[in-house]
Amino acid sequence: MKGNKLDNASSAAKYKLSAGDKVFSVINYLVFGIFTLICIYPFYYMIINTISANDLSAAGDIRFLPSGIHFSNYQALLSLNGLGTAALVSIGKTVIGTVTTVLATAFLGFMFTQERMWKRKFWYRYVVIIMYFNAGLIPMFITMKTLGLTNTFWVYIIPGIVQPFNIILVKTYIESLPKSVQEAAEIDGAGVFRRFWQITLPVCTPILATVAIFAAVGQWNSYQDTLIYITDQKLYSLQYLLYTYINQASSLAAMVRNTGMQGMSAAALATQQTPTSIQMTVSVVVVLPILCIYPIFQRYFVKGIMIGSVKG
Amino acid sequence: MNKLGMSAKKATGFKYFLWILPFMILVFLFSYFPLHGWIYSFYDYKPPRSLSDCDFVGLYWFKMLFSNKTQVAQLIQVMKNTFAMSLLGIMTSIFPLFFAVFLNEIKNKKFKTFVQTFTTLPNFISWVLVFSVAFALFSSNGMVNNFLMDNNFITEPIKFLDSDTHTYLKMLFWSMWKGLGWGSIIYLSSIASIDQELYEAASIDGAGRFQKMKYITIPELMPTFFVMLMMSVSNFLNNGMDQYYVFQNSFNKEHIQVLDLYVYNIGMTGSSYSLATAISMLKSIISVALLTVCNLVSKAVRGETIV
Repeated sequence: MKGNKLDNASSAAKYKLSAGDKVFSVINYLVFGIFTLICIYPFYYMIINTISANDLSAAGDIRFLPSGIHFSNYQALLSLNGLGTAALVSIGKTVIGTVTTVLATAFLGFMFTQERMWKRKFWYRYVVIIMYFNAGLIPMFITMKTLGLTNTFWVYIIPGIVQPFNIILVKTYIESLPKSVQEAAEIDGAGVFRRFWQITLPVCTPILATVAIFAAVGQWNSYQDTLIYITDQKLYSLQYLLYTYINQASSLAAMVRNTGMQGMSAAALATQQTPTSIQMTVSVVVVLPILCIYPIFQRYFVKGIMIGSVKG
Repeated sequence: MNKLGMSAKKATGFKYFLWILPFMILVFLFSYFPLHGWIYSFYDYKPPRSLSDCDFVGLYWFKMLFSNKTQVAQLIQVMKNTFAMSLLGIMTSIFPLFFAVFLNEIKNKKFKTFVQTFTTLPNFISWVLVFSVAFALFSSNGMVNNFLMDNNFITEPIKFLDSDTHTYLKMLFWSMWKGLGWGSIIYLSSIASIDQELYEAASIDGAGRFQKMKYITIPELMPTFFVMLMMSVSNFLNNGMDQYYVFQNSFNKEHIQVLDLYVYNIGMTGSSYSLATAISMLKSIISVALLTVCNLVSKAVRGETIV
């Protein structure tokens, strides 16, 4: 929210900052500073702990600065059972899920602006209305089973292809564009696909970027789909695998702390894997893609929210 | 000629429809077709068997929900949890508004962008990761307990996660941590669109910072707040299970089980598909009713529906 015009409005009052104003400002900065720190610190804490000596980390001595830096935790992940497959599944479902959703959203958003379509309004409502009801967990599970989708990769992709909210966003966006180009193309005899692919799609990139970001983050972050529809370990997503690690860690942590560590040399202790080190390292690996692309997509979601708040 | 033209147009219209037909089938398969599963709530469904081999029990599950003593007690506890979490959520839904109003008072642009960027970040991580964060910081040998014990504030680790004290407040804390910054974005964008002349006029009239907040900014944000409020009221029963499932353990189960999680627990891990279906069916119907009511209220108050 850069370039807020409010700044100008109050600049007139700047000259006579009262003591009360100053106190307010200080408190305001302080409160926001602290809250922001609370939001960042956990990420920082996990990152410094994964690269610090594991014995120090397990004792809780790494709080502000890393110490005894090493990267064996990350190397150890390579030998961790199932992690490679889970990473592939997560990347696969994020990429394929995002591409299919974005294309379907763009296409349907575009088609629903084509006034000539047979019963257009009916079909539009037919899609939009599914946002407001839900058959429930068990009926969904039974449906997926009936359709043969449980324990397949496609259960991650196919049910999420049509997303009404995003379709509304795109449709609203297309309707706000000037119609003349479309009409000219139609007169020139361009078919519906050519108009979609060559005219509409290129100008929709900003809104489609927003849709893509939300779809990708949603896919990357979901674990419920694995939890409910998947029992085959080969199809576990990273998020779900991380969840099982943490759950094991809670029972393993106490054990590791009490036994087994006595006879080891200090150097070995520093790089010896602990449940905590594994759990935190996997967490960092899972959150890293989000942290990396976050600065790039941050400007898009603000735009998305602005458009989304206009009712479709 | 005219007739021919009309039917050609109709044919194109139908062709357009054929292009979207595959997607309409997907919508049917994954949103409308699952509704047939509701009939399972009228049977005593035992998974490996097919439905036709199972007993038709009519309204047995529905009656049992309201007559069986242990079942009623359980359901009341679950409803209490659901109401508590939803009410806390609704009561704190004003926080993002204040967050935006006060953040707007910060004149240092760099600091403002910094705050906005990093308070929004937690919204983009999964609940599993939130739990991982919680575990790293608050488990018995997590950062907070280590810190408190090293400084002799406590002698025994505090059980933040595996206990049932203040479960509602803890859940509220995590959802605030995750959602506060994100929730404020919609208000920040509304503030950016407020007519600046209002502020200028107020300044000339000698209005101070707080007066401008009270008489301009907050009233201007009220329509947005109202829509958000109505949305959360209509989602009263839909807390989802994402957050509660990851934080759930044998200690806090009594107070963390909201309706969605309860349905999962008895349906997928527990004994009864049919009972779970019956509950989620009731839930869906009440939710749609709530949405309708909220829509009517919104129409009466603002002259505009929320959906």
